[in-house]
Amino acid sequence: MTFMDEISGRRFDWRLILVYVLLVAIGIMNIYSSVYAEGNTALFSLDSRAGMQLLWAGISAAVALVILFLLSPKIYDVLSWFFYAGIILLLVATVKLGVEVGGSKSWIALGPVRFQPAELSKITTALMLSSVMSRYNFKLSQFQNFAKVALILLIPMALILLERETGSMLVYAGFVFVLYLEGMSGWIIAFGLLVIALFVITLKFSTFFGLYAALGICMILWQYANRYLLRRKVLMWTVYIALAFLPSLLRSDAIAGHSVMKPEYWLLIISVIIAASYMFTKKRRFDRKQYYAVTAAFMFAVTVVFSVDLVFNKILQPHQRVRIESLLGIKEDIYGVGYNVHQSKIAIGSGGLTGKGFLDGTQTKYDFVPEQSTDFIFCTIGEEWGFAGSLFIILLYIYLIRRIVLLSSRSKNKFTEIYGYCVAAIIFMHFFINIGMTIGLVPVIGIPLPFISYGGTSLLSFTALLFIFIRLESDSRKQS
Amino acid sequence: MMHGNKLDKQQVLMAGLAVVGIIFAVQLFRIQVLDDEYKISAENNALRYMTVYPSRGLILDRNGLILAGSKVAYDIMATPADVSQFDTAAFCSIFHADTAWLKSKFRDFAKRRRSIGYQSVALLKQVPAEQYNVFSELSYKFPGFTAIPRSIRDYPFDACGNLLGYVSEVDAAYIKRNPDYKAGDMAGKTGIELVCEDELRGEKGNAIFLRDVHNRILSRFMDGEYDKNAIPGNDVVTTIDAGLQQYIESLMKNKVGSVVAIEPATGEILALVSSPGISTDKLAEINKHYEEIASDPLNPMFNRAIMSSYPPGSVFKILNGLVALDDGLISTSTKYPCHEGYAVGNFKLKCHEHKENIDFTESIMMSCNAYYCYVFRDILDNPEYSSVGEAMNHWNAVVRSFGFGSPTGCELPSEQGGTVPDAGTYDRVHGPGRWKSLSAVSLSIGQGELGVTPLQLANYASILANRGYWHVPHLLKCHDGGEEKYEERHYTLVDTALFESVIKGMYQAVNRSREDGATAWMARAEGLEICGKTGTAQNPHGEDNAVFIGFAPKENPKIAIAVYLENTGFGGTWAAPLGSLAIEKYLTGGVSRPLVEKFVKDRDVAGERREMLCKGNNSGQAAKGGAR
Repeated sequence: MTFMDEISGRRFDWRLILVYVLLVAIGIMNIYSSVYAEGNTALFSLDSRAGMQLLWAGISAAVALVILFLLSPKIYDVLSWFFYAGIILLLVATVKLGVEVGGSKSWIALGPVRFQPAELSKITTALMLSSVMSRYNFKLSQFQNFAKVALILLIPMALILLERETGSMLVYAGFVFVLYLEGMSGWIIAFGLLVIALFVITLKFSTFFGLYAALGICMILWQYANRYLLRRKVLMWTVYIALAFLPSLLRSDAIAGHSVMKPEYWLLIISVIIAASYMFTKKRRFDRKQYYAVTAAFMFAVTVVFSVDLVFNKILQPHQRVRIESLLGIKEDIYGVGYNVHQSKIAIGSGGLTGKGFLDGTQTKYDFVPEQSTDFIFCTIGEEWGFAGSLFIILLYIYLIRRIVLLSSRSKNKFTEIYGYCVAAIIFMHFFINIGMTIGLVPVIGIPLPFISYGGTSLLSFTALLFIFIRLESDSRKQS
Repeated sequence: MMHGNKLDKQQVLMAGLAVVGIIFAVQLFRIQVLDDEYKISAENNALRYMTVYPSRGLILDRNGLILAGSKVAYDIMATPADVSQFDTAAFCSIFHADTAWLKSKFRDFAKRRRSIGYQSVALLKQVPAEQYNVFSELSYKFPGFTAIPRSIRDYPFDACGNLLGYVSEVDAAYIKRNPDYKAGDMAGKTGIELVCEDELRGEKGNAIFLRDVHNRILSRFMDGEYDKNAIPGNDVVTTIDAGLQQYIESLMKNKVGSVVAIEPATGEILALVSSPGISTDKLAEINKHYEEIASDPLNPMFNRAIMSSYPPGSVFKILNGLVALDDGLISTSTKYPCHEGYAVGNFKLKCHEHKENIDFTESIMMSCNAYYCYVFRDILDNPEYSSVGEAMNHWNAVVRSFGFGSPTGCELPSEQGGTVPDAGTYDRVHGPGRWKSLSAVSLSIGQGELGVTPLQLANYASILANRGYWHVPHLLKCHDGGEEKYEERHYTLVDTALFESVIKGMYQAVNRSREDGATAWMARAEGLEICGKTGTAQNPHGEDNAVFIGFAPKENPKIAIAVYLENTGFGGTWAAPLGSLAIEKYLTGGVSRPLVEKFVKDRDVAGERREMLCKGNNSGQAAKGGAR
């Protein structure tokens, strides 16, 4: 029996609560440090962000207690439709009436309170998804069901996109992990990752290398499906490696001037010839279906590679374009677009192994890093607590996510299980994008670090998200 | 994997989570622990090193008087971001500035506001303390303005402008040559400031501050624990006598030429004046006056005392006399005739009117041209040498032993050596062996292919005072290991016993009456026992150059002096009294001959020259010619 058990008589997962309290406390401490300056030392003043966050933490604690002890867990399943519809309406209202803050129109004022419906929509979408997917006899493989799920996800995504909150929209991509666990084929995720990889390769290097990589991937798939003798494999890969020299060959003096085609088209022609020769080979026995599948994959990859230019220059917003260019090192601009990330890396990098100590960070304290108490709060941690502190935070998040997934999978209640996966996915996406951004691995996308970043809506909605799960999980265990 | 059961899929995702965690950890380890670049960038971001400039060492005269001191001036800084409406008229009246200038400055700041940000920019440089005091009292009226103290040169004694040289901010080229200097540092560029730069500069310190992203200074870093104090430069003691230097400068004010005085016993330079020179008030603000100084046709930057090569004129006769005595060609009783000149065939060299048939001592006293034509031809036609050329080279060697023909070795940079011709010089002009003693006879009276600097002439006077030896003339008292160089006596190739006879002539030249034919009678001062020799060197550009060398007292001399005045006329009329006044000033501390002083001071050569040069088109050429 733990302390929590004694006061409640219920068996809440005290580890999750402990991690939560730890993260919120670390958040307040680091917000205090990031706004700390001479003559501004009062922690409890509501003029300062640390004081405000402390207030929000208090409200969050109250909300958590209400969720744990007062609200019946049954309402989530039953009322999920209601919650979902309400938030969709709010999102629509925000698109119409929202207040524009920092380029996105995601804030709405309800009386004296200003908040972001997009933050809350993650909870309601998770509940809605859990409700629909936990119905008896639900199978994702049925088109009707899949369409339903897609609709549930796409409506809020579209509205959030209209608010120009790209960050929150990307968090929704995390729901594919839930779908994956609930029966969706892993190929879809693999496909998505491959598209991203091709996109990055094409952008960073050239169209030729995009195609070259696509060809390589298809060859691996092809060999995975067919057993070849080593001799044949060596021959295939030798040809493949030789193809890498195509551009320099075409640029050589002997050929330059005669060549009217770019190397990528040559590569395409050569690979089509090789593929066609397989098509007409009768001697070899191989699975026609696999052949068509790999050919289709290659054609898809070719389409992706050739559409990079269009997507990048026509579809993406200019500020997104430059952020990606900056991340991939295509354009070095440490005083313009790259400023945030450059300063963020300086702040984190200067922390060293053990950091400069609480309140002793020079980079974050003197405003070198923008948005340091909200989206770039990890800089303060990295600078003042060093590698040790940063690693501790990362491990805390990993522990939190693992714990939620573990508890979910153990749950006997389907609704609880799926909701738990959703919670884990949302927290993971925030964790991945936010920390990845501050250390220069992910393009700059402004979303908060769960429980730590400054912001009332953010803290409240993450608290609700987590504590609904804690309550549901405790109940689902009791059922057993 | 792709279609596995839920547990497998969960494991795949958990593995993915672990991979993300590992990637993050590796990236963090890379930027936080392995890579130092970010730590350096962070320091550059947050720490601002403010240089604390040391005060420059003093330059003192031989008696400890301050020639170049330090005083505090203020750079008035403006922080445009903090400047609001202010009373521009009041501001300008404090600094004697123009409101239009101030407005244009602020228009410029407004244009550059993005790059300036919250930084301060220098509005006025080196504002004197008096103006600063007024400003600081009224500073409440001018928010956004601050003042930074800086040490600048102060010259309590208005003397030695050229000798001291100037100090100015280093430029890009200087920094390239001297990498331990940084922009904003000051360095000596000429004169003693340059020679003693390492002694005088001191060591910079710094104060470290923390700053924010707007470049605003927020606090001291670690309460100044890592700050470094500036170390003031060392003082430099010169051999100059400030009083003498100043007095000579006052005499030379409107002259073109040089005066150099040396203490014969030590080689210490007591005064070194080049006129026109740079006055110390211009020296302090060299940047403001540089154009004006550089465009003066008389070229005040040019230190004539060490850089100008002049024909010495008649003062050189003494040396020719000594060579002939030493070679045994003449004795002190040798007499030569003079019929108002020296004539051989078509050649004629004029002389002034004086008693005929004079001996050696009289020849010096009266400065007879004909006598030295005979003497010089005796030297070159000396039967001991197989040819005129060989005799010429012998003469050259003796002349060089008097410090002519190469730099004496004083500390000042760009000291010139002058020229002393040898057989080769004449071989080149006339063809080898195709010239006679007569061809070079103008050397007898210090004309022709001879070039000497005023410093060499002073050294020559010092040799005569010392009866045959010299110390390397020098300007600095304290020298690291340099004492030996200056203590060494350099003997000439002439027997020291022979000097008394020329000194007798020099004594008579000053102290006998005008009626007796004494050429330097105007240099006489009661009781000072001045010995001297005048010279009047031909100058192809205008009037003759007036020359005087001398020393006093006759026995145990305390001062040797050389006076060289361009385009002034007779040496006896102008250079001799000037030299004599300087000697008197040094030996007695005062001047007892106000009429002579007035006479010398009233002669304005520089004004005439400037007027003439400005009128003439070829001003540059004439200026150079005058300095030849």
